Amino acid sequence: MFLFFLTGGLFLGWSLGSNDAANIFGTAVGSKMLRFRTAATIASIFIILGAVVQGSGTTETLGKLGTVDAIAGAFTVAICAAITVFAFNRNKLPASTTQAIVGSIIGWNLFTGNPTDYSTLTTILSTWIVGPILGIIFSALLFILTRWLLRKLQIHLIKLDGYIRWGLIIVGAFGAYSLGANNIANVVGVFIGSIPPIVVDFGLFQITGIKLVFLLGGISIAIGVFTYGSKVMETVGRGIMNLTPEAAIVVVLAHSLVLFIFSSTSLSILLENIGLPRIPLVPVSSSQLVVGAIIGIGLVKGVQELQLKTIGNILLGWLLIPLVSCILSFFALFFIQNVFDLNVTGATNEQLAIPSVTEVDVKLDVANNLNLVYPFAFAIAILVLVPIIYLIFRQRKSKIDAQNALLKKQKELIEAQSALTELELRAMRLENTSLASKLEFKRNELVNYALNIIEQQNFLSSILSSINEIKKTKNDVEQSAKLDNLMMLIKQQMNNSDKVKVFNLEVDKIHRDFNQRLATRYPDLTESDRRLAILIRLDFSSKEIAPLLNISPKSVEIARYRLRKKLELKDRENLTEFLKSL
Amino acid sequence: MVKLSGSKKVIKLLEDFFDTVDQGVLVFKNGVNNYLYGNKENFHDNLMNLVRLENDADLIKKEVENLLYTRSLVPQFRGDLLKLLDDMDTILDTVKENLSQFDVEMPSIPVELNQDFNKLTELSVSAVESLLPTVRAFFRTPDTVRDQLHRVYFFEKETDKMALAIKKKVFHEMTNLNLSEKFHLRYFTLHIENVSDVAQKVADLLSIMAIKRTI
Repeated sequence: MFLFFLTGGLFLGWSLGSNDAANIFGTAVGSKMLRFRTAATIASIFIILGAVVQGSGTTETLGKLGTVDAIAGAFTVAICAAITVFAFNRNKLPASTTQAIVGSIIGWNLFTGNPTDYSTLTTILSTWIVGPILGIIFSALLFILTRWLLRKLQIHLIKLDGYIRWGLIIVGAFGAYSLGANNIANVVGVFIGSIPPIVVDFGLFQITGIKLVFLLGGISIAIGVFTYGSKVMETVGRGIMNLTPEAAIVVVLAHSLVLFIFSSTSLSILLENIGLPRIPLVPVSSSQLVVGAIIGIGLVKGVQELQLKTIGNILLGWLLIPLVSCILSFFALFFIQNVFDLNVTGATNEQLAIPSVTEVDVKLDVANNLNLVYPFAFAIAILVLVPIIYLIFRQRKSKIDAQNALLKKQKELIEAQSALTELELRAMRLENTSLASKLEFKRNELVNYALNIIEQQNFLSSILSSINEIKKTKNDVEQSAKLDNLMMLIKQQMNNSDKVKVFNLEVDKIHRDFNQRLATRYPDLTESDRRLAILIRLDFSSKEIAPLLNISPKSVEIARYRLRKKLELKDRENLTEFLKSL
Repeated sequence: MVKLSGSKKVIKLLEDFFDTVDQGVLVFKNGVNNYLYGNKENFHDNLMNLVRLENDADLIKKEVENLLYTRSLVPQFRGDLLKLLDDMDTILDTVKENLSQFDVEMPSIPVELNQDFNKLTELSVSAVESLLPTVRAFFRTPDTVRDQLHRVYFFEKETDKMALAIKKKVFHEMTNLNLSEKFHLRYFTLHIENVSDVAQKVADLLSIMAIKRTI
């Protein structure tokens, strides 16, 4: 049940990991100096380490603000903070988990009537202002030092590139450690009061319930880095953190130092021992520290215009996020208590005791021991076996992929070749068809010529025999009658000339489309009208048309007039132009 | 993860490349001098030498390019760096082309212009010679680049002045020359002048790169 309710905090952890890891490795990944996988692995390992080793200090401070002593209450508080951060991020507004969780806890305090520790609240609020200011100071000092060192050492650009990579890794690891140590309180801080007093035995080592929760919180942040960090890192790398790699190291280092200072118990005790005031261990917003650090560099470089929008965003974060988160938490607690009938607080009408992390540890004297030797061994075996199996599968997959790629290429080659062959074949077929039709045409032409010659020969010989016969005829009347017959014969021959027929056929063939269009648009036209139209369209004069249609030029003129009427042409319209445009 | 092994090799190659450019312009200067004073054999040696140097520079440039990409070195400056090498290679291409034109076209340069052409070559080559230490400085002390670049601009301007003086002399004073000969001389003046123009282009690029590198 506890683990189920812890998911609220883990969601917040995921959100924190996906956003804040970009502050550490954004420039390195965005500028391609480090691969995302390398950056994410380093960030994850060191965030978990920071959370487990040094996460208790800030968690205790957050606990003082309001100890959420019922698991359902802790869940609601964490989930409300997570939703606020998620919603702000979705709307591209700067969101800080620290401010969200503080608002959420105050919401719980208001709902349960638990008094808010104002001195703790003042400490937390002051660190929100002091944090970025420290970021500015640290980054400005570090920047001046770096610049002086680089000028002094005169390292070659190429060599410097290598050093910067290592610098980004080392500083990034420190940043991740500090982030884990400082911000783990945001993720699991509210659950401290509800952690069951258990000790988990892994055989090689034992881990207390509170450390286990820190570990789970750290893992949730790491998952956030791996699952969603890539996008944010790429954006941040090219966006606000578009700095030179040297400046990026300074920014990350300044930000990490501030996070470390506000989360290191030993440093705080050390300062107290030498008579200085103790540093409050408070979770601070990583993003705001980065902005502070960038402003620090800008001040040293003499940038005149500080972006008011950026400062405005920080102020907005200070005011709006806690407020939204507080209201959301208040109403969500009301809903959870009254609808699901779950207790969101363990104490009623009493001043709540504030158990610290150390007190929780004391509880462990009476803790239940949980033996996890076998599951732990099993987990290690799985951790070893899974990568081996993964590697084997990857190797096989890459082999298969390579084979598939080769086959695909071969297939493409064959397809291209067959397409080419098909194309060639089609072209050849087309050429053959056109050659065959040309041949047929020529053959027909030849036949026509031959037939024409024969016909002419026959006709001429018949005329010759007729003339001979007329010559032999003595009678004038009979001679005149025979001459008339001959003239008639010649006229008939002229009428039935196959040449005209052939010509008409050819014209019909060539202008078939036009003929069809004419017939569709003007169905009243007769065949001779259409033929006349074609001849006019070919720019033949009436004189030239007359013998082709075997009528007199006068008749052609009349036929033209009738055609104009049928085509409903106005006086101004030219018949030839009209037929050409059809 | 992060490899430093390629860095030393790239640094050495870059130094070799700059040395090659340096030698190239010296050979060019020598070549023009030999042509002017009729030392044909030496001139041909210079030309052959320059062709070899230009070839070497191309090979080095390609190797640097390969290393920068395969080892993903200096990702933020890679583009600029390759452009710088490319532009510097253009200097070698230009001087080789110039000497080759002397060889092919054999311009007839009047003896009274020998001194002027010599000086023109000297000035043009000086622009490149002033550029090289600045380029080397870019890699270690980018802050000093801008202070050193003024020498390149100075020599480029002086080259322009000298070229103009030669052209005026050819067209105004040397009436015995044919127009074709005058044109020919003008072209060769332009060719030699071009070397300092390319050096100026590299200087412009370098000045922007130095600003980018200054943290």
